[in-house]
Amino acid sequence: MTLAEEILSEKSGMKVEAGDIVEATVDKAMSHDNAALVIKKFEEIGLPLKIPEKIVIILDHRVPANTIKTAENHKIIREFVKKNGIKNFYDINHGICHQVMIEKGHAQEGMLIVGTDSHTTSYGALNAFSTGIGATEMASVWATGKIWLKVPKTYRIEVNGNLPEMVFAKDIILHIIGHLKSDGANYKACEFHGIVKKMSLADKITIANMSMEMGAKTAFFGGGDGIYEKNFEFDISELSPQIACPHTVDNVKNIEDVEGKEINQAVLGSCTNGRIEDLRVSAKILKGRKVKKSVRFLIFPASMKIYRQALEEGLIKIFVDSGGVVMNPGCGCCLGAHEGILAENEIAITSTNRNFRGRMGSKNSEIYLASPATVTASAIEGKIADPRKFS
Amino acid sequence: MKIKSRVIKYGDDINTDVIFPGRYLEIIDPNEMAEHAMEDIDTHFLEKVKNAKIIVAGKNFGCGSSREQAATCLKYAGMSAVIAKSFARIFFRNAVNQGLLVIECKNADKIEEGNEIEIDTEEGEIKILDSGEILKVKPLPHFLTKIIDAGGLMEFIKMRGENEI
Repeated sequence: MTLAEEILSEKSGMKVEAGDIVEATVDKAMSHDNAALVIKKFEEIGLPLKIPEKIVIILDHRVPANTIKTAENHKIIREFVKKNGIKNFYDINHGICHQVMIEKGHAQEGMLIVGTDSHTTSYGALNAFSTGIGATEMASVWATGKIWLKVPKTYRIEVNGNLPEMVFAKDIILHIIGHLKSDGANYKACEFHGIVKKMSLADKITIANMSMEMGAKTAFFGGGDGIYEKNFEFDISELSPQIACPHTVDNVKNIEDVEGKEINQAVLGSCTNGRIEDLRVSAKILKGRKVKKSVRFLIFPASMKIYRQALEEGLIKIFVDSGGVVMNPGCGCCLGAHEGILAENEIAITSTNRNFRGRMGSKNSEIYLASPATVTASAIEGKIADPRKFS
Repeated sequence: MKIKSRVIKYGDDINTDVIFPGRYLEIIDPNEMAEHAMEDIDTHFLEKVKNAKIIVAGKNFGCGSSREQAATCLKYAGMSAVIAKSFARIFFRNAVNQGLLVIECKNADKIEEGNEIEIDTEEGEIKILDSGEILKVKPLPHFLTKIIDAGGLMEFIKMRGENEI
């Protein structure tokens, strides 16, 4: 059995295989600011809340509220949470939902987790079956505790070789997406094997998180001995730092082909790359150097726990001394909703996960995706830069 | 179900951020969502919708975010169906749950901007009325058509009137 089949067999109470449609019991149901829309839908259904103990709500997309409308949505959520005794509610002072889910132990191995966010695949780092759904479907999960799912076929992706200097998990997953393309793993479970299986939790989160960008339904590390639909093998011994160019995540190039392009903004953070390991890589490069005057360098730690740790380790001082702007944990910048919007014809390099046209602001802006190291090197040089010159 | 309309055509990888930009995600009223449908890819979309109720697109339609507003805004803008060579999975689910008909058609390329077509979901056919050509499509699983027929998951659950899916 593949891991996807194993977990969905357990959650549906019968032996299932890829292609079966099952009704499965959900272990955790996560929402963020869009819980306001879930609440609206849930109240329209008019059924009682079946699984208050399984619901987790984390405010992170527009925090603190940037408009009256957002403030009203947050208020609706706070009142609902209080009224219904939902214990697992995290207000604006905790962090990005996927990071908080893992830090607080809500996401665990073998669980079935659904979230109203596409990057819910992140918990694949812990070998949970986790996937994104819409608000209406979440309202139905709140009322029933269950969801129908098609058991996905599985791709086995093996990564081998020795990781070169200044090449990271982000470069590996961008490289893979560049090969499989934006729909290359649509509807599939991706099992990662080889060196990535032995990587840190932070690295695994980055890879599981970005698997969504090739359409994956869920991701795992290692796993069973099931029947795989396809096998892929990548050797990363010679890999250059990778960069996804506008306007699709699969438009991936080697840094050598893109370096030198002037930038206006550099962003370090997000559910993809805002962990302490990412901040350490960046601070190490930045120490004793300055961010180019023409660049706005924004740093978003993925959670307050990480923020505090970065304070204690002196990383925040390095960021501030170098001319960076340390922001509160949140998603706003990544999706162009809040904090750090791009103007027309501006160019950003970012450690986030999507470079769709207009995602971070003006539809005539450009977004390049890269690792924290490449983002930092570029912030220093004022143009897209190869981090290996700082190693 | 039969739907007859002119089509609006788009290319591959039409993502959720151009269908419904993130800056509007705070909107929870569906009619207000509709005002921003396709805003970042086609500023004339809302005019075109007056004469065309079906979108035809290439591969991976709706890739990206889990925001169901991407499906909701199209429905409330007046769209009856989206035909694409393939769909990203969360958009597909959201569309069904919103009661928006989604049809996968490998030969969607054969339909051109401005063509008038007729979709027959029971026969699993799309007829291009301008040329008379008929494209075969794979029908949706029965339980998904039941959700679409009900008008979406909300209505479906209410209709079932019981505490299960």
